Amino acid sequence: MTAQPLLDVHDLTIEFTTRRGIVKAVQHVNISVAKGETLGIVGESGSGKSVTSYAVMRILDRAGRIAEGSVMFSGIDVKAASENEMRDLRGREISMIFQNPRAALNPIRKVGDQIEDVLRQHVQSAASDRGEKAIEALEQVKIARPRERYHAYPFELSGGMCQRVVIALALACNPQLLIADEPTTGLDVTTQKAVMDLIVELTKRRHMSTILITHDLGLAAAYCDRVVVMEKGRVVETAKSADIFARPEHPYTRKLMRATPRIGVSLRDLLPEEEVALSSASPRLRGEADARSAAGEGDSPQTALAETAPHPDPLPAGGERKQKPLLLVEKLVKEYPRQGAGALLSKLFSRKPPVEAEVFRAVDGISFTVGHGESVGLVGESGCGKSTTSMMVMRLLDQSSGRIAFDGEEIGAILPQAFARLPQRKSIQMVFQDPTDSLNPRFTAARAIADPIMQLGNIRGRDALRARCEELAGLVGLPVNLLDRFPHQLSGGQKARVGIARAIALHPKLVILDEPTAALDVSVQAIVLNLLQDLKASMGMSYLFVSHDLNVVRLLCDRVIVMRAGRIVEHGSSERVLGDPQDGYTKELLTAIPHPPLPV
Amino acid sequence: MSSVAPAVEPAAPGRASGLSATFEHVRYVLGENRVTAFAFGLLIIILFAAIFGPYIVPYDPLASDTAAALKPPSAAHWFGTDQLGRDIFSRVIVATRLDTFIAVASVALVFLMGGLAGIAAGYFGGWTDRIVGRIADTIMAFPLFVLAMGIVAALGNTVQNIIIATAIVNFPLYARVARAEANVRRNAGFVQAARLSGNGEARILLVHILPNIMPIMIVQMSLTMGYAILNAAGLSFIGLGVRPPTAEWGIMVAEGATFMVSGEWWIALFPGLALMIAVFCFNLLGDGLRDIVDPQRRT
Repeated sequence: MTAQPLLDVHDLTIEFTTRRGIVKAVQHVNISVAKGETLGIVGESGSGKSVTSYAVMRILDRAGRIAEGSVMFSGIDVKAASENEMRDLRGREISMIFQNPRAALNPIRKVGDQIEDVLRQHVQSAASDRGEKAIEALEQVKIARPRERYHAYPFELSGGMCQRVVIALALACNPQLLIADEPTTGLDVTTQKAVMDLIVELTKRRHMSTILITHDLGLAAAYCDRVVVMEKGRVVETAKSADIFARPEHPYTRKLMRATPRIGVSLRDLLPEEEVALSSASPRLRGEADARSAAGEGDSPQTALAETAPHPDPLPAGGERKQKPLLLVEKLVKEYPRQGAGALLSKLFSRKPPVEAEVFRAVDGISFTVGHGESVGLVGESGCGKSTTSMMVMRLLDQSSGRIAFDGEEIGAILPQAFARLPQRKSIQMVFQDPTDSLNPRFTAARAIADPIMQLGNIRGRDALRARCEELAGLVGLPVNLLDRFPHQLSGGQKARVGIARAIALHPKLVILDEPTAALDVSVQAIVLNLLQDLKASMGMSYLFVSHDLNVVRLLCDRVIVMRAGRIVEHGSSERVLGDPQDGYTKELLTAIPHPPLPV
Repeated sequence: MSSVAPAVEPAAPGRASGLSATFEHVRYVLGENRVTAFAFGLLIIILFAAIFGPYIVPYDPLASDTAAALKPPSAAHWFGTDQLGRDIFSRVIVATRLDTFIAVASVALVFLMGGLAGIAAGYFGGWTDRIVGRIADTIMAFPLFVLAMGIVAALGNTVQNIIIATAIVNFPLYARVARAEANVRRNAGFVQAARLSGNGEARILLVHILPNIMPIMIVQMSLTMGYAILNAAGLSFIGLGVRPPTAEWGIMVAEGATFMVSGEWWIALFPGLALMIAVFCFNLLGDGLRDIVDPQRRT
């Protein structure tokens, strides 16, 4: 980097004016990007990585401002530039790819028109050949049949396609710098690989510089020349990506690397060094400590526990039951009429019956079992039917055909509405994917945890309920003083703990984990996964772990089922399936995961 | 700015819970938003007049004094007197109670009918949705004020019927807003979680979904409150509402209107102003109320 860097961020401090005074989101950050370089900015949520890039584009919120420092882009002082100059800069010189491709595209305009808009804005071509240019742009991002896709609306394209269109938009004017803000979050691993390869290929070919903002160290390592690690608004480490994995200098970088699930490590290895010693016993110890402290006031949690512990168990315990799996699913099928949302509308607005209902099989005759105390991973990409399967097992959705037996009893024939009141409801619970969405925004954490107990449990009385909530909070490692907070006052990890506490409140036998860590930072994910493992051991539960992340599944599950397009393509022990995959699709999934180099 | 939010959270100390926190929050919202603070001031005046009006007014609102008829505003009669010599100031203040009562009662009624029907329609879909939707469409097919006139004319001129008519006229607004909001949430994660917790459908609707819809419903209520006052006054104005000599803004404007041409402007002006201020106040209140009720704003 002897030459003048393309982008030079010097001593940047960004302040936000909030209700609680001024918050410094970014403090004294120095970042430079050379021409043709790919720089990764890695950090967890709240680290200020996105805010920094917004400052470069000068698209901060009204509450935010650059308090100190400078941003120089190829000789232009971004901080001092007029709004007109910035408008020329954005899109033509610096462009950006956002996290959610669907949100970044105007839903009611054809994608071709949207690309033309950018071209028109920056007077890149004459009106006559703008259409051709747009098609060319689509061609370059490897969209098949670009001439047809030109007339497509964003909702007609898949997530990966939309992201390609967004990339085409961003690159339409040949910018010098591309900022990609979590460009592949929410995309499947195989799509992620395709999109990232595309970005790198296109930018290299055009000698563009790229800033890749991500929380995924593996992704940054695989695609970037240099990596900047940010924590709490500060840059803690800058190094070549090869070096950063070989010799991480800063403790935070080491912590992040440890927490990233990878081949050849156990769950415990994900935790920070200093916590490993504690962790094996900590959630339980903490739980007991809390229980003891709570025991001072009124009802003791021990009695509360005793009240819930004996679940109604119609089956005789013993050897006979041991052989039977806890959950048996046989030839399960879920069919949907093919029109989707359109059918609903036409049903509402027209008298005539919908045109012959062609069916779509979301789940196409799958069979599997989950044993007592076993954890089974259900893996596949979006749309493969894994969530539909879990919903049917959960009795939130009715299946089209097939049978589901739980603990020796047929539950497949029970309608979802009726199931809510049955004793089995207690035994099958679920931890949801999005901890924010799955908590009622108007319930405090304690109220959310108490909800299943109030409906199905047999603890009565405010004090007993409270004691049980505090006990559960102790079990999942949630500080008791957070119980009175509303979900939006809790962090992602804390919300996840509330969700888990709610799921285990009734001593379920089977817990379905629907990507419970997908919305969490890696360091939080490491803690939550360990917590789940501890809980499983101490409470003797079985898990059905639904996920797209093979690395996570490898850590937590005994057996793995790989699904594709509603069918099971491979199943077997985790070691076997992930170590020696037989099916082509499983192999494809495994190779698509970006692997950080193993730490020494 | 999602990436900034977590940085703010740790700053939140263990907040004082309960009433004092609520009070603190209201104070903050009002301090932040001057317009809402102004509307709140107006609301307090209106409520004060509605509750204590009859005890503080200088004259009996119904007592006529022909000797003092049609006097312009003066120190003795701040708003002047009408054709029967009744003190207009006293009548305007006393009428606040009746007018706000009609508005509050009809809004409460329509919230119960429309809100619940709408939530059920949005949540259950299918036939419930179709029936509620068609009822709303039918009501909307009429010019609303004419429909209200028709209902009162058919049922009879009583306060109760004005309330019912106003509620029916507003039904579609509530049903549609509630339906849309419930529909968005019916498969939200927390609703699924509530099902897993063994909540029945009715309980999910009332305990889990309804509180989440309240912020937007309250804005709706505040806005229709103004409309309800106008509607009640309008009905009275054309003689289909409250009967004279009851003090009511609509009737007073109607009575005053005939004297406008002969120059006695004050008879219609002051009740008209009171009407305007009340409607204005409720309309301004909507946004501020949403900020207060919505827990998301309580960071």
